[in-house]
Amino acid sequence: MTELVIIGGGPAGMSAAVAAYDSGIRDILILERDASLGGILQQCIHNGFGLHKFGEELTGPEYAWRYEVQVKKRNIPVKLNTMVLDITEDKVITATNSEDGVFQIQAKAIILAMGCRERAKGALNIAGSRPAGIYSAGTAQKFVNIKGYMPGKNVVILGSGDIGLIMARRMTLEGAKVHAVCELMPYSGGLARNIEQCLNDFDIPLKLSHTVVEIHGRERVEGVTIAQVDENRKPIPETREYIPCDTLLLSVGLIPENELSKSAGVALSGITSGAMVDQDRQTSVEGIFSCGNVLHVHDLVDFVSEEAEIAGKSAAAYIRGEGGEPVCVQLKTDGKIRYTVPQKITRAKDVTVYFRVADVYKNVKVCVMREDEIVYTKKRPKVAPGEMESIVLKKELFDGAEELNFVLEEA
Amino acid sequence: MERELTCIVCPLGCTLSVTLENGTVTRVTGNTCPKGKRYAETECINPMRTVTSTVRCTDGSMVAVKTQGTIPKEKMAECMNLINSVIAPLPIQVGDVIIGEVFGTKIVATQNRG
Repeated sequence: MTELVIIGGGPAGMSAAVAAYDSGIRDILILERDASLGGILQQCIHNGFGLHKFGEELTGPEYAWRYEVQVKKRNIPVKLNTMVLDITEDKVITATNSEDGVFQIQAKAIILAMGCRERAKGALNIAGSRPAGIYSAGTAQKFVNIKGYMPGKNVVILGSGDIGLIMARRMTLEGAKVHAVCELMPYSGGLARNIEQCLNDFDIPLKLSHTVVEIHGRERVEGVTIAQVDENRKPIPETREYIPCDTLLLSVGLIPENELSKSAGVALSGITSGAMVDQDRQTSVEGIFSCGNVLHVHDLVDFVSEEAEIAGKSAAAYIRGEGGEPVCVQLKTDGKIRYTVPQKITRAKDVTVYFRVADVYKNVKVCVMREDEIVYTKKRPKVAPGEMESIVLKKELFDGAEELNFVLEEA
Repeated sequence: MERELTCIVCPLGCTLSVTLENGTVTRVTGNTCPKGKRYAETECINPMRTVTSTVRCTDGSMVAVKTQGTIPKEKMAECMNLINSVIAPLPIQVGDVIIGEVFGTKIVATQNRG
């Protein structure tokens, strides 16, 4: 029996481990698939991490290193190169590595911190054959930053999420020509600072309301046809434009990686593709917690660490059998607000609720309704899907409530 | 002269309005913090950037590096040429100096290797 097993040694797993240790739990094990701790941060060599958490601008590997040092200082055991194959509802973990073979661990509590993966070309319905030269932006990032290979010389990027923007700059700095970044939506999903420093600094055009409609080439990508899309996101034939290129990078969204959560019987949200959780980040299965990008995709790693701390502390409290005054309040949304995390409140305490909106809205107020009564409002000059919002709800709000509705209204 | 900038200091990405008179910044609005004002002032006179990249190590692996401070924006390509011209001897610790002098700052490792 191991008291706490953490699946994944990226920023979420490490932060959760440190928080659980600092809450008094000593019997902790981190299982990590890769050869080192740090997860995706190891290939995110650009700066901009850690402003909230450390008050300075770090690169991804530096941010990971800060946490690795904390894990090492506490002597928290880590099994690297270890793949978890299955988790049961009774918290039996089956894993494998080349030293131990296939082995099982009975855990008292589990924290899921497996992160997310990229949406692939198969999800996009683009016409054409399957030539070499089509990569997800993260794969290209691994080639360039970890392996030291350039995937191509003439590049078009589909999707203006942050990874796509970062890769536009990275490929340019390494000598490639990035011809365009196409974005299906009328706005970019990436941070404004990244559009400025990754595209504008290098005069890379950002084509909003544009998509790739055809990929040309048999053995290798020879070019792509792009087109503008109408308000229903349908390509407009007259706007078709051919761009010769040898590489197409896709930065078209991230999906929480929840195969193991499913095998454990954890209920998932159709909107976030992550687990449904309470304020402690406990899932529908008692003693199984979820945090980081496996729960919902975050914009900033600092928020991942913060969320993982909640999960780590809560798992420690669960192991010790501590609780609080139980309540049962469902948090609902109006569609303009797409989702909240947590989705329900099970203990009466002050709770920071994170949420994401469905579209870009200006001059709005976020209202929390209890039946017909507005119990909380916050004005926002502008909200966008790419930027996670948060509000703090006081514990008194949950007294006797069954449901709180999150609504976005004109200010 | 009026100029509009997007601040790159933090993820907020404030839209800054800058008033320039005879090549000096006289007024900055739209910033949320003092760093934004400083950014606007340097960006209009002498834009500076942090460069992050990788350097090949003696065992063939790559190590992530960065400019410790910022360098002039127009020197980024030259800085990349310097970064790509060296091979770093192992072992490497986070913070180790890889190149001693690059446009007034240093290239340091941001990863451990070896």
